[in-house]
Order: sequence, then structure tokens, then C-alpha cells
Amino acid sequence: MADILVYSDKPQVARELAFKGREFAAELGLGLSAAALGPESAAAAADLGGHGADRVFVSDDAALEGLPTDVVAEALAQIAQEAGAEYVLLGSTRRGKELAGRLAQKLGAGAVTDVNAMAVKDGALVGWRYALGGATVAEERIDTPVKLFAVMPKTFEVGAPQAGAGEVVTPALSLSPSRVTVGGRTPREGESVDLAAAPLILGVGRGFAKREDLDLGRELAAALGAELACTKSLADFEWLPEDRIVGLSGAKTKPDLYLSVGVSGQVQHTVGISQAKIIAAVNTDKEAPIFQLADYGIVGDLYQVVPALMEKLKSL
Amino acid sequence: MRIVVCVKTNYDLQMVRVKGREPVLEALPYKVGDLEKNALEAALQLREGGLECTIVALTVAEANAKVKETMKEALALAADEAVVVNDPALAATDQAALAAAIAKAIEHTGGADLVLFGEGSTDNYSGLVGSRVAELLGLPQIGYARSIAVADGAVTVERSMDDMIETLQAPLPAAVTVVSEINEPRVATLMNIMKAGKKPLTELSLADLGLDAGAAAPQKAVLSNLAEEQDRKHIIIEGDAATAAAGLVDALVKEGVLGR
Ligand SMILES: Cc1cc2nc3c(=O)[nH]c(=O)nc-3n(C[C@H](O)[C@H](O)[C@H](O)COP(=O)(O)OP(=O)(O)OC[C@H]3O[C@@H](n4cnc5c(N)ncnc54)[C@H](O)[C@@H]3O)c2cc1C
Ligand SMILES: Nc1ncnc2c1ncn2[C@@H]1O[C@H](COP(=O)(O)O)[C@@H](O)[C@H]1O
Repeated sequence: MADILVYSDKPQVARELAFKGREFAAELGLGLSAAALGPESAAAAADLGGHGADRVFVSDDAALEGLPTDVVAEALAQIAQEAGAEYVLLGSTRRGKELAGRLAQKLGAGAVTDVNAMAVKDGALVGWRYALGGATVAEERIDTPVKLFAVMPKTFEVGAPQAGAGEVVTPALSLSPSRVTVGGRTPREGESVDLAAAPLILGVGRGFAKREDLDLGRELAAALGAELACTKSLADFEWLPEDRIVGLSGAKTKPDLYLSVGVSGQVQHTVGISQAKIIAAVNTDKEAPIFQLADYGIVGDLYQVVPALMEKLKSL
Repeated sequence: MRIVVCVKTNYDLQMVRVKGREPVLEALPYKVGDLEKNALEAALQLREGGLECTIVALTVAEANAKVKETMKEALALAADEAVVVNDPALAATDQAALAAAIAKAIEHTGGADLVLFGEGSTDNYSGLVGSRVAELLGLPQIGYARSIAVADGAVTVERSMDDMIETLQAPLPAAVTVVSEINEPRVATLMNIMKAGKKPLTELSLADLGLDAGAAAPQKAVLSNLAEEQDRKHIIIEGDAATAAAGLVDALVKEGVLGR
């Protein structure tokens, strides 16, 4: 029997894929396999079995230590073969996207990454993703015998696990060590923020001329009771951490109010705010694209408008 | 050594208009992709840091009829020479075929010690092409570089992942994709733009690469591609800063999104 094979190095994402994969498998008349790789694979296997996998392929082969992309791709290619996988579902994290291309190439598979919705249509899985930098949403079907989708974290919900399900399979993998060596790993620090769940968001952009000036933005966010978010440009300068980015490569938000200040509103940013109930914008340039998407706009200098907004907010 | 920078030329996305949810793509100008400018700049900075190298900008044209013109930008920014794979069969293709053409073109034009990509193209942003090419050429790969150093036959990369910063090393030849924070690409000077027209540009068809038109057939079908529906009020609040700010806050309170 053909299978859907799911894998992510992130346990939560793997659970999401397994739980939803179960549903797709039932609809398509396929089995559900999962892969758990690396030193923690045994624990992950039980977890994935509980979340819907009929079979979990487990390997802690020494070459998988640190989960190097080339070796993980080779391991998954061999597992996909053994599982008779028709579909492979990966997590669309940076690691997952890197893996997707290499694995797809090994499997002769067409691949779609950054998938944010999936469904069964005419007997096949289709995926939705942003296209044209976020200007449009494309619905894509893959026509190769093996098909690979990399799905964004949190696309699927996870239900309660069931005890005891899932057969553990130990595949005979033939792997060579990665040619890439790890010199060091530093976890990202800083408080993490869930912009996707924030009801009020203040988005700041390069209209802020200096890093220190962001204090003005922080004060306004506090006065509004809003979460502070930013464009990718500000995160690139390291003025704010990457988890504050809104847009194609950041958070997709759906607040009641998104107020943007000094943000041009290029499509890669606005794709992350299009679900907002109300969008308001402050920008000096009346031609700035953000005004195309705004409900309310002020054409003005943030250094004057932001203090005035705070003054007015005091009266509420 | 030879650094090949893979450059996608794509529509200027700021110019895309939406008509009844359909994107209007006719007569749009083309540009060198944003992240590929970072990759070109990274190559240039390696050279400025003392690495002796030839920088080749390689593109597969897709539907860009003026691709040679667009590639002058890459030549003006950093490249010593350009390679353009241009074939009518490539007008509607996908990442697997692009990767196949790129891999063949690299082999065909003198190989590469280091192949640079953007982490994603400006329009598709699939992040697949770099990884596919690495597999096709059997190269070790490091994605999401925010700094690149080359020494003693190896590339050392600091890369920016979702939850960590990693330092990785790979022996050359290798494939590396870059993120935008790696550098701020400089703007081409008028002088360099003039010189770009005189730099060598090699044009190759799929047949030149030993590929047939079938090699360009996409593996995927796009069933629909529409803009999300947007219904916005577009109200500009006039007046000096104090008046406009007060007007905005009043409007937001009235909408029920502030002051609850
Ligand atoms: C593949 C890819 C993915 C990307 N993903 C993302 C993403 O996820 N999120 C994202 O945000 N970007 C993303 N980008 C980058 C995006 O294209 C834009 O470059 C970025 O959003 C622009 O940021 P900005 O608005 O801060 O800067 P700019 O575009 O420079 O705009 C600054 C704005 O501030 C205004 N301004 C200047 N001074 C003042 C003042 N005193 N008062 C008020 N206004 C002022 C200006 O008029 C201008 O409109 C991506 C790009 C690519 C290629
Ligand atoms: N048509 C192309 N020609 C040359 N390089 C490309 C092409 N398409 C994509 N690339 C390279 O592959 C990277 C990732 O593209 P993508 O997989 O489309 O996100 C880009 O940043 C480019 O470096």
C-alpha cells in the first residue's frame, strides 16, 4: 500500500503533520508513515504513533547526529522508498525548506514549500501558498509519482494522542557522514512573541531613522496596549528580533487593528496584515503602497504624528 | 577560483496590479531578484577581502524577453561575466527544471568552486532551487548564510535559522544560499553600468546543454492564482499632526478597535 510519509525535526510540527496526515490518508485510502531521526528518535516514535502514524521509521544512525541536511535527505529518501511513499509532508521551517529541495531531487518529486492550507481534491492532495511575493495565493497540484509538500508550522491543529498506536520500524539505512561540519550553535535569545495571536499590533519600519528612535514606537505600543512588530528591514539591521517580522518571511497576523508607522507597505510585508480587521497607516509619502491597503491613513511625519497620537490617547 | 551566483530575473513586484483578483502581468519591467543582489554583493565582498576569483552571474531566463538587458544589472553590480540560459521551452517551467538547467549550465561553462543563491526568489520564494542544484551537482550545501568566509579550500558560514545561529563549514566546491541580512547591496555606479555592456555574456539554449524541451516541463500545475479579497476604506485623515492624530484615534474608537 502506498503511504503518506511525514517528517519534521520539530516535534510539535511532526505531530501536526501526523495528525492531519492521518485524516488525508483515510480520505485517500493510503497508510500513514512517519520518520523519527537522530538521538531522540525513540521518544519521538511513540509520540508520532500516538498522533496517528501506522508505522514510524526510526533511526539514530551516527551520521544523523546534528541532523545535517544532506544525510537527513538521504535517510528520508531511503525511508520513502521502503514505505512506498506517494506523498511526503515536511515542516516548512528553514531546516525543512532546505531539506525539501534536496529530498525532492532524490525522489524525482515535484515540491511545494510554504504551504499554508491543504485539501484533498479529485483524489489528490493540493496545497495553497503565497505567490508573486505575496500578492496572490496559488493553489498547486503536483503531478510526479512522489509528491512533496512542506507545510508551515501551525497550519494544522493537533488533537489528543491515543496510547499505543503505531508500529516501530527500524530501516536498514546506508548513510555516509555529512561533508558539512558544525562549528557552533547559539540559540536565539530574547522573549518570544506570538504576533499571530495579538489583537492589536503596531508595525514599525524604516521610517524610523535611528535605532534609538524606536523608543518612540515602544511608547506608542505601550499606550495602545499593542504588540510591537516590524518590517524585515528593521530585523535585518537587528533593531528588533526576527520573531517581530510581519510578512512573507515572518508572522501572518489577524489583529483587530494593525497600525503601521513608517512602513512602505511592499507586498512581502502586507501579506502578513491582509487579514487585519482595520489597517491604519502613518507615512510621509502619500504614494506609499501601504495606503492602498489602509482603512485610515495619515500622510505625515511620524516624529510629529506619534507624539500627537500619544497625547490624544491620554484622553481616552 | 570561480564563484557562480545564480540570479533570477523577475517582475518588479511593486508594479503588479490586481484586476478583479487576477494579477496583471503584461508589460511589467524585470529586475534582478532582491536576495540575488545580496548574493552578488557577498561574492564581491569575498573578492574585496582578498579572495582571487572570477564572479559569474548565471540566469535561466524563464519568460523574460529582455533577459540580457536585465542581466546588465548583475554585471554592473558584481559579475565579471554572465551566462544566460534562454529557450522558449522555459517560459512556463518550475524549480526542478530550473535546477536541472542551472546544474548543466555550471558544468558546461567551467564549473564552480562556490555556487551562491538567494534563500528564495523574490516572486516564488520557494527556497527549492539552491537545494536541488546542490543535490544535482553532489555539492555540500549550507542555507541561510548571514556571513561567508572562504579559506584553505573550505567555506565557513554563519547561518540564521528559525531558532538558532549556526556556524557550519563545508569543503569546496559547495553551494550556499544567503539571507538579506548578510549585507546591504551597493547601487551600481554609472561607470559600472557603462562597463557592464562590454563584459562577456554567453547565451545557451537547452539543446546546447544537452537537454531537450521536455526537460523544461513543469512537475506542478497551478490550479488557481488569485489575490485575496480586500475591501478597505481608504480614508485619509487631513490636518496638522495634532488634528490628524486626534481624528485617527476617534475613528479607531468608533470602529471599536481602540479604547474598549
Ligand atoms: C523574498 C523576500 C521576502 C521578504 N519578506 C518580508 C517580510 O516577511 N516582511 C517584511 O516586512 N518585508 C519582507 N521583505 C522585504 C520587503 O520587500 C521590503 O523591503 C520591506 O518590507 C520594506 O521595509 P520598510 O517598509 O521598513 O522600509 P522602506 O520600504 O524603506 O519604507 C520606509 C517607509 O517609511 C516612510 N518614511 C520615511 N520617513 C518617515 C517619517 N519620518 N515618518 C513617516 N514615514 C516615513 C517612507 O516614505 C517609506 O514608505 C521581503 C523581501 C523579499 C525579497
Ligand atoms: N531562473 C533562475 N535562474 C537562476 N537562478 C535562479 C532561478 N530561479 C531561482 N534561482 C536561484 O535560486 C534561488 C531560490 O529560488 P526559489 O527556489 O525560486 O526560491 C534564487 O534566489 C536564485 O539564486
